[in-house]
Amino acid sequence: MRAGAETAALTAAALLVTLLLFGGFVALHGVDPLAVYATLFVGAFGTRFSLEDTLTQAAPLMLTALCTAVPARAGLLVIGGEGALVVGGVATVLVGVALAGAPPALAVGAMCAAGAVAGGLWIAAAGALRHVRGVNETIATLLLNYTAIAVMHHLVTGPIRDFEQVLKPASWAVGERFMIGDIPGTSIHWGLAFGIAACLVTYALMRRTTFGFGVDILGGNVRAAQMVGLPIGTMILATCFVGGAAAGLAGAIEVVAVHGFASASLVVGYGYAGILVAFLARQNPLAVVLVAVLVGGISASGGLLQRRFGLPDAATVVLQGILFVAVLASHTLHGRFRVFPARAG
Amino acid sequence: MTATADLGWWGVLIAVAGGAVRVSTPYLFVSLGETLTEKSGRVNLGLEGTLVMGAMSGYGVAYLTGSPWLGVLVAGGAGALFGLVHGLVCSLSRVNDVAVGIALFLLGTGLAFHLGKPFIEPTAPRLPHLALGTWSEYPQIRSALEINGLFIVGAVLAPLLRWGLRSTRWGLVLRTVGDNADAARALGYSVERVRTAATMAGGFLAGVGGSFLSLYYPGTWNEGLSSGQGLMAVALVIFARWNPVACFWVSLLFGAATALGPALQSIGITANYYLYSAAPYALTLGLLIWSSSPRQALVGAPSELSISR
Repeated sequence: MRAGAETAALTAAALLVTLLLFGGFVALHGVDPLAVYATLFVGAFGTRFSLEDTLTQAAPLMLTALCTAVPARAGLLVIGGEGALVVGGVATVLVGVALAGAPPALAVGAMCAAGAVAGGLWIAAAGALRHVRGVNETIATLLLNYTAIAVMHHLVTGPIRDFEQVLKPASWAVGERFMIGDIPGTSIHWGLAFGIAACLVTYALMRRTTFGFGVDILGGNVRAAQMVGLPIGTMILATCFVGGAAAGLAGAIEVVAVHGFASASLVVGYGYAGILVAFLARQNPLAVVLVAVLVGGISASGGLLQRRFGLPDAATVVLQGILFVAVLASHTLHGRFRVFPARAG
Repeated sequence: MTATADLGWWGVLIAVAGGAVRVSTPYLFVSLGETLTEKSGRVNLGLEGTLVMGAMSGYGVAYLTGSPWLGVLVAGGAGALFGLVHGLVCSLSRVNDVAVGIALFLLGTGLAFHLGKPFIEPTAPRLPHLALGTWSEYPQIRSALEINGLFIVGAVLAPLLRWGLRSTRWGLVLRTVGDNADAARALGYSVERVRTAATMAGGFLAGVGGSFLSLYYPGTWNEGLSSGQGLMAVALVIFARWNPVACFWVSLLFGAATALGPALQSIGITANYYLYSAAPYALTLGLLIWSSSPRQALVGAPSELSISR
């Protein structure tokens, strides 16, 4: 419990430093920092509308964060959430179009499963390269992001293009029947439920099973894992698959709950913001839920910042970037304070 | 376009070769910078952000002052600043350099898009080039032989850096820090300071590489300017085995792969354009798979490097 308190305290400190730095940054633009803080809060959590927007933004972040957080427990630094999301979205469309006449409940289930499996295989491929050839998984997954986006562009401008979408290239639509819509009484789509459920399931898997315990040993010390005869290859493949499946599910949800088709609107940076969420949550799936809401709030308030102060929409990315650096720097302070004795928590 | 038809497939070849020279410059500068940084035992994965930041600041300064070369210099300065931040944060104990790189990747692109908003509209002066193809009647050959000054600087810098790393005192210090930090400490060198300096130098070069994107080719500033060149250059260093001269040749290869799609488009083959745009990524991944090994450390790899352990 103490370790948890320490993490929370250090993360809060990093958040404070970030707000100070960002305040200085907007002050250079001649904008009052205090007014910006107030707007950030209102835009993220202040009204029912902004809260719903925040939670909608948080849903895909929970899933893409798992893409980094789950393999991280096995000692891998995977940053392929963006690519796995895109691959998952395309797979969802393909299955949805193939099942055009099927009963909606069955078809949507199959579509989400297809998205998850496609994303899982995508990241598991990087895990396999890591295990078999020693290819650095960070660089490999980042390259897979660009590859996935290029292949998606190829598909939606040619083989699976819907020519009735004239504004920008988009794939065939899956149709209204296969759209799952919002949670009743809100404007938050069902992705939030999927995101929270995925975080709970992975938490149980990583913290409450022998498999998860073995993965922690592998992540802590490869030699120790070899000595006790853990199936290292299987564990690397499994964690990469689970992580990729989460991000692929995020893509599936973008299709069945938001867009109804695959297009460049799948590539909006959820994958990269997910990496930030995973590191802020220190790769803990339960903490991912909370942190995703926080980071989703930053994204959600971007529009209001833009309208009220004329700050470019990239301002929220700057804020996220500063936060990321600050949190990483705060890792150096772990275990330095006597209030939080160094004991396994 | 009629002359292109006359040249046929030769036209594609010439366009790919010319494209290789034109497109390779950012790869070259970023990979040379990353080689310096990695030789000191640290990885900077944030050079993609540095590249975009360099492109934006170079373009902005060239527009405001009217001097593209001043823009190049300021782009380098912005890159060095990012290198300094990376170096200082990584000097703290228990901070993961790969993760800091990803964070600076995010911060660099965010800052560049934020600060670069006013520069999307105006036109900045471009960097000059040497026209070596004026003897030819074919416009393709003439355009392929337009060599930019920065490319020549990079081509000279590569052997110079190899000599510097091999044969000078600072090269030896840098390699000692990268291969055995304890030995360097025993000799009285500050490992963190050498690494920070190497990351700053690497950031400077990456920033200069970015200014080439906005000031010469494609020659404008917008948010879709870089498509992962900074990242591919990091992978390229692994394939080039941390050898600056090899970086030069591999950059040309990457330039050729990037130029393939536009070259085919110029003779009217527009189908699968996006598929060809995936060529550099697939090539990088293929080379990475080929040059990695599960059993031993790579030849030439600094032993303190986290990504090669």
